[in-house]
Amino acid sequence: MAFFDAAAMMKGLRGAYASGKTRSYEWRVSQLKALLKLMSFHEKEIVDALRSDLSKPELESFLQEIALLKESCGLALKELHRWMAPEKVKTMMTTFPSSAEIVPEPLGVVLVISAWNYPFLLSLDPVIGAIAAGNAVVLKPSEISPATSSVLAKLLGQYMDCSAVKVIEGAVPETTALLEQKWDKIFYTGNGKVARIVSAAAAKHLTPLVLELGGKSPVIVDSNVDLKVAARRIIAGKWGCNNGQACVSPDYAITTKEFAPDLIDTLRSELEKFYGKDPLKSNDLSRIVNSNHFNRLSKLLDDDKISGKIIHGGQKDIANLKIAPTILLDVPEDSLIMEEEIFGPLLPILTVNNVEDSFNIIKSKDKPLAAYLFTNNKKLKENFIRNISAGGLVINDTTMHLAVPTLPFGGVGESGMGAYHGKFSFDAFSHKKAVLLRSFAGDLSSRYPPYTPKKLNLLKALVNGSLFGILRALLGWHD
Amino acid sequence: MEESPGLARNLAELRQTFRSGKTRGLEWRKAQLRAILKLLDENEDSIFDALQQDLGKHPVEAYRDEVGVLKKSATYALASVEKWMAPKKGQIPLLFFPARAEVLPEPLGLVLILASWNFPISLALDPVIGAISAGNTVVLKPSELSPASSSFLANTVPRYLDSAALKVIEGGHDAAEQLLQQKWDKIFFTGSSRVGRIIMAAAANHLTPVTLELGGKCPTILDSLSISDLEVAIKRIVGGKWGLCSGQACIGIDYVLVEEKFASILVELLKKCIKAFFGDSMPNLKNLCRIVSKSHFDRVSNLLGDPRVAASIVHGGSWDEQNLMIEPTILLDPPLDADIMSEEIFGPLLPIITLNKIEESIEFINLRPKPLAIHAFTKNERFKKKLLSETSSGSITFNDAIVQFVADSLPFGGVGESGIGRYHGKYSFDTFSHEKAVLQRSFYLDLEPRYPPWNDFKLDFIKLAYKFDYLGLLLLLSGLRRIFKRSN
Repeated sequence: MAFFDAAAMMKGLRGAYASGKTRSYEWRVSQLKALLKLMSFHEKEIVDALRSDLSKPELESFLQEIALLKESCGLALKELHRWMAPEKVKTMMTTFPSSAEIVPEPLGVVLVISAWNYPFLLSLDPVIGAIAAGNAVVLKPSEISPATSSVLAKLLGQYMDCSAVKVIEGAVPETTALLEQKWDKIFYTGNGKVARIVSAAAAKHLTPLVLELGGKSPVIVDSNVDLKVAARRIIAGKWGCNNGQACVSPDYAITTKEFAPDLIDTLRSELEKFYGKDPLKSNDLSRIVNSNHFNRLSKLLDDDKISGKIIHGGQKDIANLKIAPTILLDVPEDSLIMEEEIFGPLLPILTVNNVEDSFNIIKSKDKPLAAYLFTNNKKLKENFIRNISAGGLVINDTTMHLAVPTLPFGGVGESGMGAYHGKFSFDAFSHKKAVLLRSFAGDLSSRYPPYTPKKLNLLKALVNGSLFGILRALLGWHD
Repeated sequence: MEESPGLARNLAELRQTFRSGKTRGLEWRKAQLRAILKLLDENEDSIFDALQQDLGKHPVEAYRDEVGVLKKSATYALASVEKWMAPKKGQIPLLFFPARAEVLPEPLGLVLILASWNFPISLALDPVIGAISAGNTVVLKPSELSPASSSFLANTVPRYLDSAALKVIEGGHDAAEQLLQQKWDKIFFTGSSRVGRIIMAAAANHLTPVTLELGGKCPTILDSLSISDLEVAIKRIVGGKWGLCSGQACIGIDYVLVEEKFASILVELLKKCIKAFFGDSMPNLKNLCRIVSKSHFDRVSNLLGDPRVAASIVHGGSWDEQNLMIEPTILLDPPLDADIMSEEIFGPLLPIITLNKIEESIEFINLRPKPLAIHAFTKNERFKKKLLSETSSGSITFNDAIVQFVADSLPFGGVGESGIGRYHGKYSFDTFSHEKAVLQRSFYLDLEPRYPPWNDFKLDFIKLAYKFDYLGLLLLLSGLRRIFKRSN
């Protein structure tokens, strides 16, 4: 029983949508421009909220949240006309004469449920897609990042058309109330457990979904690589992304027994360059979001099965919810840290005899959101691309595929369903309606009863595309 | 519920086959598609027999809607699968240089296809064509309401297709329930919205993506037309209603919307056409499918049970319970709150709803759940545009009915209550694929400013980079930008 009337809110939104206003190009552009304005004028407020929620370094806030959003908005504004245009398609002999096209249309009223780790980005990026596609949208930011949630509610309330774009803050009761309504699409970013709850609610109304989840994204490190660059890119993707609290962070690493010492040494020296000798004091690392997650991560480190396996880091500052970049070596497969997505600054390194053996380890687990490989070996690259299934793959880097708008961003299996970014965001919130325009001329009698063997022959000839067969059938034809 | 050990064994075998990588090769996929074509070629008569038994379907209908559709589909897939399997290159901003981005389609794994009974062969094998071209292993469960077709598929498919990769599992409710408890990489379902919800709820437990091809009340709008156009329109409406499995089709015409003043001529022309196509009275009806089962027969005939509905019958209304035949029936303005106007009819009853002006059809349609298809017979360009932009449906066809089904370049699927996802042509391949993003980078040109420790220089760099302000970047890197900034 939430304090807000979800049904009344829906009624209002459906009225706004039915008025047709969100469908117009002008409305969509005005809303996208309003988002750009809001981001430009309130950058400091946003950065402050992210620091409050996550102690997120300013550069990460700028680089990984604000800049990406501005890009996304800018791209939508630039391409919107093209995205909204019908797509003509070829028609075939069987429907001659005709013309056909695919027309994108909004789904209606959609719900975006966001996450706490990139609370600004993961709220507004889907909203950009929803608005570009012409929908009315409700955004439910995560209550675990309350400062950002509050800033979003305030700023969107100020800048956006509130009859069609709403922010509902709250926790489980509010989310439950929202999920009881009938939405035309639900876009959820988060974990598999809650995703199942969202899916079950959606099933009641046949509501289609995009689920952006996570998993254990592995990084394989081969030996003949530029180790310094590889190490820096791994560090940037792990600790440089909200201190490992990112769905695409490398979760664990795999390398050969032979190469592991070199990898570890380089990681340690680069880590020191990035974060200093006492990383708990560095301003360039996010903290752990709250004590729940801090305790969760502590438990992973306290697991008996991994005692003695911590080879770097492990320091904790419970008062400030900070955990230092930590590396573990050869933890057992059945340890807690290898069972679930870590979502924190702990990097287990598993070693194998041959680098190819790493594929079996990865395949024995659920399909992750991302998988990474550092190598110069062409065959290994090809093998990896062909045989490792994940939402997305990156070779010789980490996480960068997020920033390429021509690549769909989404999971598969346990890591999610659907995709977005760039035009994929517009598509995710659209229905692509098939339109066939026929003429009254060229009516083929063989379509209709009474059915005769001759009609059957003509149909067969048409299907087989045999011109000769068609002629023969037509000539033998008596109406 | 006790799971049958046979099921567990079958699934283990299918997963093992997938893991072996056999289904990923182009040659294997093409061989399976050729096998489907061979199956259709060599068993045409048996297929006609099965459909005759299950639905009283005439061979011409059977060819047009099932065999022919499948042949086209398999041939198109065979010619295109190599192209479909190829990675698609994506453009990358210069900032990422050197890099390569592409999207690579890959199979999902083990998929479940649940077919319907009204086009029991094509609605089973058409999704299979998609699943196989995409490189998956498949369990196909035909509908138990079309037992002859189900049996045909169970007996014949293993003789042509690789049974280590594709299995047909027959059965009813219990079999379906057992199957739904398993973890699939995709579920493809054709059927009613009611069952669609059950499927989706089961899929939710495993986060299994679904394609649901459902139905709804597909409206047909008939605007005023010239006599010659009207004659063609009538044929297409009659063909699109009763010529398609006697109204038991998801994209079949459910009801017609027409201006009041044309109602009586419409009824007259429909009557004439029905007579020409199907014969003039109950015992002499030809070229018409029967109702699939007693329970559906009861469901449809009960729609006429409401006395207000019965009173609106202007043609037909009789039935032969023993042979499960219902006469083509036309109703004029049955009450809108009767079941016949709130539920999908899926039978040979055609309500005609009259309006003052044809433009009112837009509001009429929008008050109801989004249908799978809208058919609009009109030559008024302005009205066409309005319909197109103000209504929502899986598809919309102007001046014809049903035929969009065979347009392979058009996606076939619903929206809202009429379904999730789409297939046909390349969309079939896509619906059973995961589009994997692949980004390849090089070790060269590693950009320092990506990494902490952070400072103003790096912040400047990144701000410029995000605007793709390459000149600004050059200036910054060469130290000149700072000079310009300071001097301003």
